[in-house]
Amino acid sequence: MAVPVAFFALFFAYPVVAIVGRGLKDGGRWQFGRIGEVLSRPEIVDVLWFTTWQALASTALTLVLALPAAYVFARFAFPGKQLLRAVVTVPFVLPTVVVGTAFLALLGRGGFLDELWGVRLDTTVWAILLAHVFFNYAVVVRTVGGLWSQLDPRQEEAARVLGAGRFAAWRRVTLPALAPAVAAAALMVFLFTFTSFGVVQILGGPAYSTLEVEIYRQTAQLLDLPTAAVLTLVQFAAVGGILAVHARTVRRRETALKLVDPEQTARRPRGAGQWALLGGVLLTVLLLILLPLGVLVERSLDGPGGYGFAFYRALQSADASGSTFLVPPLEAVWNSLRYALVATLIALFVGGLAAAALTRRAGRLVRGFDALLMLPLGVSAVTVGFGFLITLDEPPFDLRTSWILVPLAQALVGVPFVVRTMLPVLRAVDGRLREAAAVLGASPLRAWREVDLPLVRRALLVAAGFAFAVSLGEFGATVFIARPDNPTLPVAVARLLGRSGELNYGQAMALSTILMLVCAVSLLLLERIRTDRSGEF
Amino acid sequence: MSTTKKITVTAVAAALGVTALAGCGSSDETDSGAKGSGSKTVTLVSHDSFNASKDVLKAFTEETGYTVKVLKSGDAGAALNQEILTKGSPRGDVFFGVDNTLLSRALDNGLFTPYEAKGLDRVAADAQLDADKHRVTPVDTGDICVNYDKKYFADKKLDPPQSFDDLLKPAYKDLLVTENAATSSPGLGFLLGTVAAYGEDGYENYWKKLKDNGVKVVDGWEQAYNDEFSGSAGGRKAKADRPLVVSYASSPPVEVLYAEPQPTEAPTGVATGTCFRQIEFAGLLDGAKNEAGGKALLDFLISRTFQEDMPLNMFVNPVVSDAKLPELFTEFGATVDKPATVAPDRIAENREQWVRSWSSLVVK
Repeated sequence: MAVPVAFFALFFAYPVVAIVGRGLKDGGRWQFGRIGEVLSRPEIVDVLWFTTWQALASTALTLVLALPAAYVFARFAFPGKQLLRAVVTVPFVLPTVVVGTAFLALLGRGGFLDELWGVRLDTTVWAILLAHVFFNYAVVVRTVGGLWSQLDPRQEEAARVLGAGRFAAWRRVTLPALAPAVAAAALMVFLFTFTSFGVVQILGGPAYSTLEVEIYRQTAQLLDLPTAAVLTLVQFAAVGGILAVHARTVRRRETALKLVDPEQTARRPRGAGQWALLGGVLLTVLLLILLPLGVLVERSLDGPGGYGFAFYRALQSADASGSTFLVPPLEAVWNSLRYALVATLIALFVGGLAAAALTRRAGRLVRGFDALLMLPLGVSAVTVGFGFLITLDEPPFDLRTSWILVPLAQALVGVPFVVRTMLPVLRAVDGRLREAAAVLGASPLRAWREVDLPLVRRALLVAAGFAFAVSLGEFGATVFIARPDNPTLPVAVARLLGRSGELNYGQAMALSTILMLVCAVSLLLLERIRTDRSGEF
Repeated sequence: MSTTKKITVTAVAAALGVTALAGCGSSDETDSGAKGSGSKTVTLVSHDSFNASKDVLKAFTEETGYTVKVLKSGDAGAALNQEILTKGSPRGDVFFGVDNTLLSRALDNGLFTPYEAKGLDRVAADAQLDADKHRVTPVDTGDICVNYDKKYFADKKLDPPQSFDDLLKPAYKDLLVTENAATSSPGLGFLLGTVAAYGEDGYENYWKKLKDNGVKVVDGWEQAYNDEFSGSAGGRKAKADRPLVVSYASSPPVEVLYAEPQPTEAPTGVATGTCFRQIEFAGLLDGAKNEAGGKALLDFLISRTFQEDMPLNMFVNPVVSDAKLPELFTEFGATVDKPATVAPDRIAENREQWVRSWSSLVVK
């Protein structure tokens, strides 16, 4: 417990409190009056209003589009299911710079809708909402679908035998069991869309701004720390509220449900209705997820002399006539892998210890800590990044110019995923096994190695995979940390997009495609390892 | 920090250190020796666009014995603001990348120690905006100008616009895309250009007319140039429909350089009457650990070696008179004779006000 607490105190709470304090303190005195002053400005009210309603709308739309898919993934067996599940998760870890480009290509002029019906959605709220669905589809499919696949369908059938109609049976039996998972997924989607940054910045144009975008603008562009501090506090309060509700629903979900092996519940679709449902879901996935991803691949191959791998070849050389990098852009792949590996190890170490501590103890305080570990998911990257700057400036922690800061920041985002994946599994380990081993003379270490480790190894691997994928795609914090020049993949993509010229643009698309593939492969490996599908992500 | 907390904290750090090393093996960036004595390494802090050839940095080491360590952190605005936050306890010795639109913010915060770089007499006088105090040294200039898609105007048999006034003509209705002046530096530059051209009383009126003539505003340069501008490589793929974009005078040469095969003519041109001049500066950071190295680096930044290397790495113009421009620039670049300028202190005083009224006029 001490290690994760210290880790969060030092690398999260302290920097965030310090930067907020810098904004709210004047001559050593707190100026809480600034809160009211900032919040009464009309443009800030607009931002708050837009942030809230677009997050609500995004969440609703995501649920509407993804819940049928959760059902299909849970109840139907069809070829390519595993691959498809990995594919729908890819967007979740893609950097928004890349996705924004793909969505503009689809929804903007000359895009898919424009060609067919002359409809253009760029710089409308629709583009933002659809991109949010793209990103968060997997959250619903995995959270709800995971549980759904383990619910015994015979319970519903029993209700129908007893005379309940199809809908009544579903409403009385399945829905109550499912509701907490749906609520948990909805809250996660709400959290991610409430704190949306890149999507809103790129697709919304300058007219729309979320809290997160505004915090970035006030901090990084205007250096108006008081305003940024107030907005950070507001976001903090909102995220804290969301997490508190989330923690409650998760606890409700952990109440005993009769779970069965998902293999038994899935079967081939029967009848026209079920085939139509499957077809509808596949079509949604195709239009909403595969199409944007496909646009990136297509553009990465569309070279000056027709389709080919010209841009990929260009990635291998640091062009002598002047290049965006000192090193071949392909080296960004190795940088990313290295950073992500270190971040994963840190996240596993800290998150594993936290999960272990949370399993062993109960009580209000521990539950609070559980929710606290999720906070980094909802706090703006620029706040953390700038907080690092003013706190980690003294030995032994003058880490501001050290490469380790990048994996540390990435690990902050990875830890919640590790905890959430490990916790259900660790809680399921029967303590009596451990005690039995101890009675038989095993040392605590041996008992852990022989009893716990084999049981949690899979969960550990799954957690590692998520932390790894999240670290690979992390962009926000990484970009605000001073780095010796070894850019990560998302930073390299952003930098290539920041230059004119065909070769740069093509290489950005090629690098994005590589990032996508690396993510897809690591997720596919996870699918093979994964047995317990009750994890939340 | 209490003792117990300190111990815990140190234990965490030690554990993390072990994990990290296990993961990274012998990583070449862990040059911890460079931090302590610091005498042989000089650290340059900059934004993400900084770039220099390896050979040139090597030449500096051979000349002076100092090795340059480059730290990049975000775009120009973010990098500068981070420097201001760490004032007095800087992360490096020299900061490069504050331009004339933000210069006052840096100077008012007392970020730099004065130093008169060797060879400053070769630098054009109009670039020396802090000539009496030498807190900053000018390193490069660049012009923010409207670029046009040559093919579009040739096909339509229409002359491309040349001046701010031209952009208001009905012939160019719905053709221009620009960036948000509040978040993008070319966007801000273009706004300042109109302030210079029409004055504080006239620029709002100009933008009203420009809006009526269908100007489109997007958030950043990337979207404007790659997604909206029909003349760029990205824009051609995206079937973009705006043949006019606010970009840089150096964009056409870049379009040539990064094309395969290289065309004999740039696909885009520059409306030279719409330019705002950006000047980028470097300075010795107050509290620098390696002051001597920092001074040597400042001298080096305006040396001929560095200045001639710069154009093809950062696509900006040298500030010294004896630097030769690469052929790519002389052949495909535009010469901007009379760029618009606004004095840094006037920008500092009014920037927020101008941007705010611009936003309420154009964005909302």
